[in-house]
Amino acid sequence: MNATEQLKMFAYYLDLALRSLRRNRALTMLMVLAIALGIGASMTTLTVLHVLSGDPLPGKSAQLYYPQVDPQDIKGMYPSKEPPDQLTLIDGLNLLHAARADHQALMTGGSVPLQPEQSSLDPFYVEARYTTADFFSMFDAPFLYGHGWTEADGEAKAREVVIAKSLNDKLFAGANSVGRTLRMAGTSFRVVGVLDSWQPNPHFYDLNTGSYAYGEQVFLPLQTMLELRLDRGGSTDCWGNGGGGVGSILPSDDCVWLQFWVQLDSPAKAAAYKEFLAHYSQDQKALGRFQRAPNVRLRSVMQWLDYQMVVPDDVRLQNGLAFGFLLVCLVNTVGLMLAKFMRRAAELGVRRALGASRRALFAQLLIESGVVGLVGGIGGLLLAMFGLWLVRQRPSDYAALAHLDLSMLFTTFVLAVCATLLAGLLPAWRACQIAPALQLKSN
Amino acid sequence: MTMHPILAALRKHKAGVVLISLQIALTLAIVCNAVFIIGQRVERVNRPTGLDENDLFLVTQQWVGAPSGDDPAGVEKLDVMQREDLAALRNLPDVASVAPSNSVPLLNSSWTGSLSLKPGAQLGSKGGTRTAYYFTDEQALTTLGLHLVTGRAFNAGDVQHQGARDQRDRPVVIVTKALADKLFPQGNAVGKVIYSDGSTAPSTIIGVVERLQIPSTGSWGNAFTWYSTLVPTRLDSSYARYVVRAKPGRRDAAMRAVPAALYAVNPMRVLDDDESVKSFADIRASAYRADVGMAILMGVVCLILLCVTAAGIVGLTSFWVGQRHRQIGVRRALGARKVDILHYFQIENLLIAGAGVVLGVLLAVGLNTWLMTHYEMTRIPLPYVMTGVLAMLVLGQLAVFVPARRASNVPPVTATRAV
Repeated sequence: MNATEQLKMFAYYLDLALRSLRRNRALTMLMVLAIALGIGASMTTLTVLHVLSGDPLPGKSAQLYYPQVDPQDIKGMYPSKEPPDQLTLIDGLNLLHAARADHQALMTGGSVPLQPEQSSLDPFYVEARYTTADFFSMFDAPFLYGHGWTEADGEAKAREVVIAKSLNDKLFAGANSVGRTLRMAGTSFRVVGVLDSWQPNPHFYDLNTGSYAYGEQVFLPLQTMLELRLDRGGSTDCWGNGGGGVGSILPSDDCVWLQFWVQLDSPAKAAAYKEFLAHYSQDQKALGRFQRAPNVRLRSVMQWLDYQMVVPDDVRLQNGLAFGFLLVCLVNTVGLMLAKFMRRAAELGVRRALGASRRALFAQLLIESGVVGLVGGIGGLLLAMFGLWLVRQRPSDYAALAHLDLSMLFTTFVLAVCATLLAGLLPAWRACQIAPALQLKSN
Repeated sequence: MTMHPILAALRKHKAGVVLISLQIALTLAIVCNAVFIIGQRVERVNRPTGLDENDLFLVTQQWVGAPSGDDPAGVEKLDVMQREDLAALRNLPDVASVAPSNSVPLLNSSWTGSLSLKPGAQLGSKGGTRTAYYFTDEQALTTLGLHLVTGRAFNAGDVQHQGARDQRDRPVVIVTKALADKLFPQGNAVGKVIYSDGSTAPSTIIGVVERLQIPSTGSWGNAFTWYSTLVPTRLDSSYARYVVRAKPGRRDAAMRAVPAALYAVNPMRVLDDDESVKSFADIRASAYRADVGMAILMGVVCLILLCVTAAGIVGLTSFWVGQRHRQIGVRRALGARKVDILHYFQIENLLIAGAGVVLGVLLAVGLNTWLMTHYEMTRIPLPYVMTGVLAMLVLGQLAVFVPARRASNVPPVTATRAV
C-alpha cells in the first residue's frame, strides 16, 4: 500500500469508527465520560505536583549548595544523625568570611514596620530578607533599576535597601526610586536598587517562611540588621542553655537561625568545599566550640528541597488517589469496549470473510478506541482546567500557582490517547481472533 | 436454582467477568482507604481544644520604636506598656476578660520545653516530658474558658514578668490533666514539684485543668498534643498578644472596638485590620483548612468513582442481556418465570461482585499497609472494610437491577425468531 491508499484506509476506518460509536450513544458517552473524569482528575493533581516540585532556579540551581555543620552539644535535646537545618551566627560569619566558594550569602528573614512619607498611608509591615551582598548575583535576581549593595557597604552596615517591584509600585508609583529614602523601624534607608518581579517557587533559600508564593518586599544588609536589631522571624532551634530570640532580641550562640548558601561552579569545587566544612568542624572541635565529631552536609537546591520534603504529603496522596481513579476508569473502559467489540463479532466476521486481514481489523478497532481517547482527552482537559480553577480558589499558599503549562497540556493528550489505546488493545485483539466462517454460520 | 448454569455462562465471558471484578476490587480498595482518611481528618478537626471558643478572639500587635528588651529598664518599660494595653482592653464595654498570652491553641506559634521530676535534668533525658508553655496571667482560666479539675487558679500574687529572652524561675504552674497523669500516674499532682527545661529551681503544680491543646497542629506536635503548661508570667518584648473574651454575643462589636482603644493608649504601633484582631473561629478555620479541603476532595472523588463503577456494571450487564436475548427467550418459552430471569442476573452479579470484594479486601489492606509506610497512617479498622464490602455488594445489586429487569421482560416468543 502506498501512502495515499493508507490515508484512504485510515479515513475509511475513522468513518466506520464514528458510525459504530454513534450506534451506541449512551455507551460511547459513558466511555468518553469515564476517560474524561479519570484524565481530568489525574491531570489536575499531576499539574499541582509538577508545579510544587519544580526547580525554583532552572539552569542555576545545580551550582547552588546549602552547607550544614553540627554545632550542637553532646547531649543535644534531639540527638539525630542529621546536623541542624540552619547555622549559628558565629558559624555563619566564619564560613562567610572564609569565602571558600565562588559566591556565598548568609541570610535570615523577618518583617519591619515601614513608615511611608505619604501621610495617606498608615505604617505597615513589610516582609524583609536580611542578607549579605552576594545574594542577588548568586540567585540571578533581576534588577529593574539600580543594583545591590556591595560587600564593603554591607560590612560598613550601610543603611541601604533593595525593594521589590510591588513595593516600588505602591510607594513610588513604579518610578525609578534609586536614591530615594525609605523609613523603616525608625531608621532612614537609601534605596539602591529595585528588583523586577521575582519569586522563586518553592521559596528554597528559606523554607521557614512557607514554601510557596512567598516573596520579600525589602532586602537589607544582614550586618545592618544585626546592628539595628531589626525584628526577625522564622525558626530558631536551640540546645543547652540557648534562649530563643523573640522580636528584636537576637538568639544566643547556642541557637541556629541563619541560612547560608554557596555557589560552587564545578563538582570538584563542591567536593573540595565539603572537605573544607569537615576541616572547619574539626578546627572548631579543637577550639572547644564543637563537641560532636564533624557531621557536615552539602546539598544542592533540589536535594535540599527533597530532604526538606517541601511537597506536602496531602498533594502526593491526592495524586495517588487520582491515578487510582484513572486506573479504575481505564479498567471500566476496557470492559465496555470488550463487550462492544465482541457484540460486533458478526459484522467483523463478514469483513474477514470478504477479505479484510486481521491487521486491518485490528487497526480499525484501535482507531475506534483512539477516537474515544481523543474525545475523552479533550473532555479531560476541560475538566482539568476546571479542577485547577477549583484548586486556585482554595486558600492554600500554593493555590495561585496551579496553572496548566504547555508541557502538561501535551502530557494530558498523550496520556489520554495512550491510555485508551492500551485499553483498546485487549478487546481489539480478542475480537480479531474470531474465525470468519464460524460467525457467518451461527447466524 | 442451581449455580451451575450461571457459572457455565460466566466461563464464556471470562475477560468481561475478570475486568468487572477487578474494577470492583480496585474501587473497594480505593474507597475504603479514602473514607478512612476522611474519617481521620474529620476526627482531627472536631477534637475540642479545651477552650470555650465562642466569644473569644486574639489581638496581636507590635509597638514601633519600643525600648529593647535587653536591659532591665527596657523590660520594665515594656511591661508598663503591656499593662496599659491590658487595662484599656479590660475597660471596653463589650469585653468580659483579657489575658496576655504568647499563643493560643491551633495558632501554630509555640514555645516548647521539657518537664522533669528531677532538678537539673538534661533536656530530652528519660522521665522528661515535652510540653508547650502558655505564658499568661491570673485572668487566663476565665478568659480561655478552661475547666479547673483540682487545685486553684492563678491569683495576682503569682504573676511575674520577664524579658522574652530571660530565663526566670517558675515557682507555680498549672498543667493539663493529661500532663499531670503522665508525670504522676498515681494522681494527686497538685502540690507536687517539677523542674522545667533542666532548671534546678522547683515549680509547684497548683492546679490541673481538664484539657488544653498545644498551639501546634503539625505532625511534630502529635506526641504531646495535650501536654500544655500554664505559667503566670507576662513576657515583655516589642511584641504582644492578648486573648480577649467578649461578653456573650458581643464578639464582633468588641473586635471592632479594639484598634481604636489601643491606638488611644499609644499610637506608635502596628495593627493591621485582617491579621491583628482575629476571632478564634478564624484561627480554627485556618489551622484546619487543609484537612477540610482534603476530606471534601476525597469525598467527591469517592462518589464519582462509585458512579463510574456502577455505570460500568450497568453497561456491561446491558450488553450481556442483549447478547443473550435469544437464550432468555428460550428459557422463558421453557417455563422460566420473569422473576427467575431477574434472579439469574442478580445472582450472577453477586458472584462477580463477591469475587471482586474478596480481591478488594486484600488490595485495601495492601494499600493501607503501603500508605502506613509512606505517610502517617494507622491500620484500617475492620468496620471500615466491612462497610465497604457491603456497600460494593449493594452497589452491584442496584446497578444490575435495571438491565436485569429488562432481561426479565424479554417475551418467550423471541425464542422462535432469528436475531
